[in-house]
Amino acid sequence: MSRRLRLWVLAVGGLGVAVLLLVACFGLPAFGGTWHPYGDRAVHAALARHTANTISSVNFDQRAFDTLGEESILFGAVLGTVVLLRQTRDEERQPPEPVPVAPPVRRYALLALPVTLLIGLYVIAHGQLSPGGGFQGGVVVATSLHLLYIAVDYRALERIRPVGTYEVADAAGEAAYLLVGAAALLTGAAFLANFLPYGTFNTLSSGGTVPLLNAAIGVEVACGVVVLLARFLDQAVEIESDDRDDGAEART
Amino acid sequence: MTVAQTLPLIVAVPLFGAAVLVGAGRRLPRYAAEVLGCLFAAAAATLALYASAAMPSSTARPVEWLGGWRPHGGAGVGIVLVGDRIGLGLAALVSLLVPAALAYAWRYFDEPPRRHAGSFPALVLLFQAGMCGFALTGDLFNAFVFFELMGVVAYALTGYRVEEARAVQGALVFGIVNSLGAYATLLGIGLLYARTGELGLAQIGAALDAHPGGPDGLVISAFVLVVTGLLVKAAAVPFHFWLADAHAVAPTPVCMLLSGVMVELGLYGTARVYWTVFAGPGGIPAPDAHRALLVLGVLTAVLGAVMCWQQRHLKRLLAYSTVAHTGLFLVGLAVLAPQGLGGVVLYVLAHAGVKAALFACVGILLDRFGSVDELQLHGKGRELPWAGALFGIGGLALAGLPPFGTALGKAVIEEAAGGWATALCVLVSAVTGGAVLRAGARVFLGLGPVPEGPARESRPAADAEETTGEAEEPETRGGRLSRVPDSMLVVPTVLLAGALAVGLVPALRTGVGRAADAFTDHAGYLGAVLYGRAAEPAPTPPPHWALSGVLWGLLATASAAACALLAVRRPVRQEPARRADPLRRLHSGHVGDYVAWFLAGVTLLAALVV
Amino acid sequence: MSVLPYVSAAWLFLIGCYGLATSRNLIHAVGCLAVCQSATYVLLLTIGYRAGGTAPVFSDIAPGSRPVVDPVVQALTLTDIVIGATVTALLLSLVIQVAKRHRTVDPDELSELRG
Repeated sequence: MSRRLRLWVLAVGGLGVAVLLLVACFGLPAFGGTWHPYGDRAVHAALARHTANTISSVNFDQRAFDTLGEESILFGAVLGTVVLLRQTRDEERQPPEPVPVAPPVRRYALLALPVTLLIGLYVIAHGQLSPGGGFQGGVVVATSLHLLYIAVDYRALERIRPVGTYEVADAAGEAAYLLVGAAALLTGAAFLANFLPYGTFNTLSSGGTVPLLNAAIGVEVACGVVVLLARFLDQAVEIESDDRDDGAEART
Repeated sequence: MTVAQTLPLIVAVPLFGAAVLVGAGRRLPRYAAEVLGCLFAAAAATLALYASAAMPSSTARPVEWLGGWRPHGGAGVGIVLVGDRIGLGLAALVSLLVPAALAYAWRYFDEPPRRHAGSFPALVLLFQAGMCGFALTGDLFNAFVFFELMGVVAYALTGYRVEEARAVQGALVFGIVNSLGAYATLLGIGLLYARTGELGLAQIGAALDAHPGGPDGLVISAFVLVVTGLLVKAAAVPFHFWLADAHAVAPTPVCMLLSGVMVELGLYGTARVYWTVFAGPGGIPAPDAHRALLVLGVLTAVLGAVMCWQQRHLKRLLAYSTVAHTGLFLVGLAVLAPQGLGGVVLYVLAHAGVKAALFACVGILLDRFGSVDELQLHGKGRELPWAGALFGIGGLALAGLPPFGTALGKAVIEEAAGGWATALCVLVSAVTGGAVLRAGARVFLGLGPVPEGPARESRPAADAEETTGEAEEPETRGGRLSRVPDSMLVVPTVLLAGALAVGLVPALRTGVGRAADAFTDHAGYLGAVLYGRAAEPAPTPPPHWALSGVLWGLLATASAAACALLAVRRPVRQEPARRADPLRRLHSGHVGDYVAWFLAGVTLLAALVV
Repeated sequence: MSVLPYVSAAWLFLIGCYGLATSRNLIHAVGCLAVCQSATYVLLLTIGYRAGGTAPVFSDIAPGSRPVVDPVVQALTLTDIVIGATVTALLLSLVIQVAKRHRTVDPDELSELRG
């Protein structure tokens, strides 16, 4: 299809979709309205289960099955990346050379690392109380480890990042979520039911299974993101492809 | 354990299996990982079959509120799984096809990522969980989540052979187009949430019904956007472009799953959303929905058949035949009545077996000869009589030879949709079945003139308008196979036997008929999910073998064989037919083109619904 | 101007599609897909907004003392963001392999799959 024809199709299609979306926009309830029936019920249900952060209650209790799917998407994407960015036959690994780091960068990164790690763990642990939770905290934890790459070099990062262990922990996080969900079955409740005591409102131990599921997600996200970044960094830093190979050979 | 309680486990068991395989995969030898993968997949299949068998009647709808969040007075905060016969049956079909694909893949992939023996079975299990979750959920946003799960895993599986230039390109196009479709669906979900304040299918349907009268712009937009993503997955024209690119390059066991069930799940989603949400007085009027599905269905069927006939790349040929049959399924759905739906269900069941078996046969050719090119393989298949026989039978079944289930499904759709639909069905089956038989006659029987030149030395120029199937990398361990392992022959044999059984077992027909009655019962679904009211839908005559259907099936098969013979006898053209050039050029493999067509498709769909 | 927030979501979706269709670089195209997806975040969050509402988190406000915005759309958006990030990662890893095998990331120069 020529570029001109594509632009014509795009223009006609885009115009149609624009009209469709505009019609929808004018049919929507006015912005900032007070009618949110599901939201009101969710707030009520969260308070009834002593979970201060309603969003965590929705994610890990009321609609915990969504989060199971979401976590599995992350799990699948990490696994997919491991497969897609594997070292192929025509590629080899070359350990990267150490690169000098400017002292202020090094100092700042080394200082920020433990602080960031701590913040990440805090965000995971307080998911049921304050904004945040396993997903957000997990990403912060994973990022904090990579400050070592900035502060020192890739080999230093590799020493604290045995990818195999993180892969196992990633799987363990996924399995833990399922096992907590299945444990509810043993008590006679439905799958993913909140079967633990709800605890005292606005304390760390409130929310029943919410903190447990939050922690499982935190482990999975932190480890999954580490593995994910490891695959991309390997491609950028370590894996070298032979020049005579790919293009031509792969295309024949 | 009650039937309802098994529903979440059908999703959870494969997910857990994937976690175990990834966790233990570093220490497991390869065969152990594969056996473990098969076991988990089969366990989910057992659960799904148990749940289907233990249901009190074909019209029952076991309902499981996850986390115990039962609604009060029709209002709740939880997610619901609904195990009606059709959803559960699809989950069972998925769960049976997955062990078949894993068994077929026994000798596959010489290079799993190092120390990751469990990666491939784990991905397949995640794929299974995504499809089962999508089939069972009764919540629109949850359906989107599982839709994305099956998408993400499918992109990775399609690009599994990263050393193949075509594989990674096809997977990328697949990923971009399907993600865009999914986002359109999510926009539609947002609109429905704004209007109704609900996310469950039954709740949204009930809220829309509270305001009867014609649909306004918002409801129409929401319908169009939600259905767009599902039709992208179902590869309806003009959202179909990704399908051939992805199916031609995915590893064969993955093709079996993509063509056999994933595409059909897009149709299932469309039907489910229509009947639960939009079929009531506040939804889309039936004539509008009928028009939209019918026009897209006819376009899809005709275009798929034309493109199928043009192919010499065997996997692309099968991929376009899937597009053509999707069109027929859409025509069946467009009847918007239990009869049409029952026909589609039977057709989908049998089509899954036939199409997966055909892909399995092509996989054998690929692994034995390193090619999937119809012309280059001329006569080479003579040494594989068993595979040839399976391929031929598959072609006949695709063309609609009674008593295969494909013929039954088609006959029922013809009867439900009326006169001209019969002509369309016969035409499409004859052309797609004929294309398969033509390829089979050339490859396995060596009929017709031998193509000139010993397997053309020169590669086609980079700007050739055609993807041939020459010089593909075999997918099996240790390069080309010297002999075909039994597992690769047993699997397609069993699959074809299954397709035959769909046409022969009378209990299946009556069961599907009642299940279709329940599926199309909008009010019954709402009552069962929201208030736990069991209601028997009005019975309609179950699908059956009509004499006319048998005769039309025989006619289609005979025409397919005649087309194949005529085509084989004609001199072989190395160049594709000029007449179809403009059509072929649209299938450019260019992601920008596909996105432009996506927008045009949304516009077309909206114009048809209004 | 109470439709403006909704229209901005529609605009994001369309402009993302335009970028995807005319892109000359696959990394840019994956970015455009992320723009399309951000339309869904914006739409969900604007739908859930309540005038004068604050975050639905009751660790520092008493329940009922202030209106809160709809927590459900916030949870959906969180799910959506995670999905978007993972899809982007997966697509980018495919782009890396496309770049290696085809030695280009310009979709106009990819010519392996035609007809």
